[in-house]
Amino acid sequence: MIEELLTAGVRVGTPLALAAIGEAIAEQGGVINLGIEGAMLAGALGAAMGASAAGPAAGVGVAILAGTATAAVFAAVAIGAKANQIITGTAVTLLMTGLTGLIARQFFGAAGAGLSLPTLAPVPIPELSRIPLLGEVFFDQSLLTYVSYLLVPLATWLTFRTRFGLELRASGESSSAASAAGVRVGRIRTIGVLIGGATAGLAGASLVLVQVGTFTERMTAGRGFIAIAIVVLGRKHPVGVALAALLFGGATAVQFVVQAGGSGLPYQLWQALPYLLALGVLATSTGNEKREARRLRLGSGGPPEEDRLSERA
Amino acid sequence: MIAKGFLTRAARRDLFLTAGAFILGLALLALFLAIAGFNVGAALSAMWRGAFGSWYALTSATLVRATPLIVLGLAFTLASRGGTLNIGMEGQFALGATAATWAGLHAGSLPPPIAIPWVLACGAIAGAAWMLLPVVFRLRFGVTEVITTLLLNFVADAVVSFAVTGPLQEPTHIYPQSATIAMSAQLPKLVDGARMHLGLPIALLLAALLGALLWKSRWGFTLRAVGAGATAARVSGGIATASVIASALLWSGAIAGLGGAIEVTGVSYALYQNLSPGYGFTAIAVALLGRLQPLGVVVAGLLFGALEAGAGAMQRDAGIPAVAVQVVEAVVILTLVVLTRREAAER
Repeated sequence: MIEELLTAGVRVGTPLALAAIGEAIAEQGGVINLGIEGAMLAGALGAAMGASAAGPAAGVGVAILAGTATAAVFAAVAIGAKANQIITGTAVTLLMTGLTGLIARQFFGAAGAGLSLPTLAPVPIPELSRIPLLGEVFFDQSLLTYVSYLLVPLATWLTFRTRFGLELRASGESSSAASAAGVRVGRIRTIGVLIGGATAGLAGASLVLVQVGTFTERMTAGRGFIAIAIVVLGRKHPVGVALAALLFGGATAVQFVVQAGGSGLPYQLWQALPYLLALGVLATSTGNEKREARRLRLGSGGPPEEDRLSERA
Repeated sequence: MIAKGFLTRAARRDLFLTAGAFILGLALLALFLAIAGFNVGAALSAMWRGAFGSWYALTSATLVRATPLIVLGLAFTLASRGGTLNIGMEGQFALGATAATWAGLHAGSLPPPIAIPWVLACGAIAGAAWMLLPVVFRLRFGVTEVITTLLLNFVADAVVSFAVTGPLQEPTHIYPQSATIAMSAQLPKLVDGARMHLGLPIALLLAALLGALLWKSRWGFTLRAVGAGATAARVSGGIATASVIASALLWSGAIAGLGGAIEVTGVSYALYQNLSPGYGFTAIAVALLGRLQPLGVVVAGLLFGALEAGAGAMQRDAGIPAVAVQVVEAVVILTLVVLTRREAAER
């Protein structure tokens, strides 16, 4: 039972981790992209189309391209034209909901993609998968889950150990200061957003090729938005984000296990659990961040500015 | 806008922007349809027929669809004027519909003049209640309402799902929907043989009221001052920004909840899942297209009502999924958000 729950948690958490790790990079640069919900949807459709035409590997490739292209639309409007990020992100998600619905209908017909897509089976890692409990939970998963493991050190290195990462974080901290120091903020942010789009596309691919096996309209069902909450919980750090994704994967998986087992409570409660958890986490973690900011005398926008003034006086 | 009239330079510019964004959206949809290999001519003519092609299409489809869009567009406008973003109208709409259904099922003994206001009020209260958590989170924890309202949309889905399979399920317990609400709680029809109902005049009245409040009342002034710049309003205006932000969000939630109540009492007469085909998001486009002016929202709501009605016909007659019109909506939002960004920065 516990093993089943954890295994399902890792499987369900994979697309969340993939999308959130990329979004964390975008947010390190000071951009919040609600359009990753749309990028994930585009990735899902791309994966379904690519996989049905030329197998799962092609599906993954098309998904990454579709996610990146979606993020490019967002970047052009929100960074290029400096429009409101939240409204732009919402609109990009709407755009992709419409476009994917349209293209799916034309590509797969009225019946939908069917359940016959070639999917990615779990690939047990030879020695590791034999570790009791943990082996099966973490090392008997699909390749895309392993990709998400690899992305954690990669994103950490990129964000904290490279010149790009330094410029990215500088852009996020203060775009005017970064710009004065010679950082090309727009370009750096765009790269961050495009990386986020690529991993969101990958997330869509894992949804289609690992979990569901087909494409349906609006199938991401808010996972992109959950990923944004995960980034907040994980404090924009790839390790924190990956752990938070695991937590959400687990919370989502609870409903499958509970539904099968039957518990006196209405199943809708379990259905709402990941979202409620996200809300609870936002309340606690943002509060900490605020306190932290106050401690360090660094404002996080709005009121702290005033605090700073009073502290100086 | 009401006071300014139609022909000022700003109003002409608004009209031009609105028309331009809408036409660009339609043109891009046509382009995508062509690329995807659909028959563009058939699609657009089906759309026109479904929206304006007949008296029936106008009074039973376009105006019926426009009603919730206008109401939700006003909800978004109110929040935005106060400098907040209500991305959770879908959830408040669902909660308003749920509360209105509950009240409507128990309103059989009341006469319509009492039952209808009571049921609508229940919807508005539920919508405002659903906004309480985002308000507390914003003011107490500093969590932006954007994420909380968005996440609550999914919780609202679960609430409706629970209601229609649990406490509000129809008596035979077969279908996941509620029973029909009492006759006395149903909004009267305005035209014989058409589905148009009292909700439209209510929406228009609401628009007039909101316009008057925003530009002629002290409350409206403080709201717009906070929306224009919270720090300036607090420091030089001595305005208690927290309470203004709370009232902007709560009233926005109440209006969205009212929208759900109007949909139940005017159109569906029962609660079921996915009552709103994304009205909460379409309404963002409506509000932006209406340039966050109540009168503009009415015009944009009618336009988008036509678009949604046309989308239904396009799906039936030309086999093109109705979600395709979201492409138009998205293009409208993106165009306007780019073209008006300088203004927004100045505001």
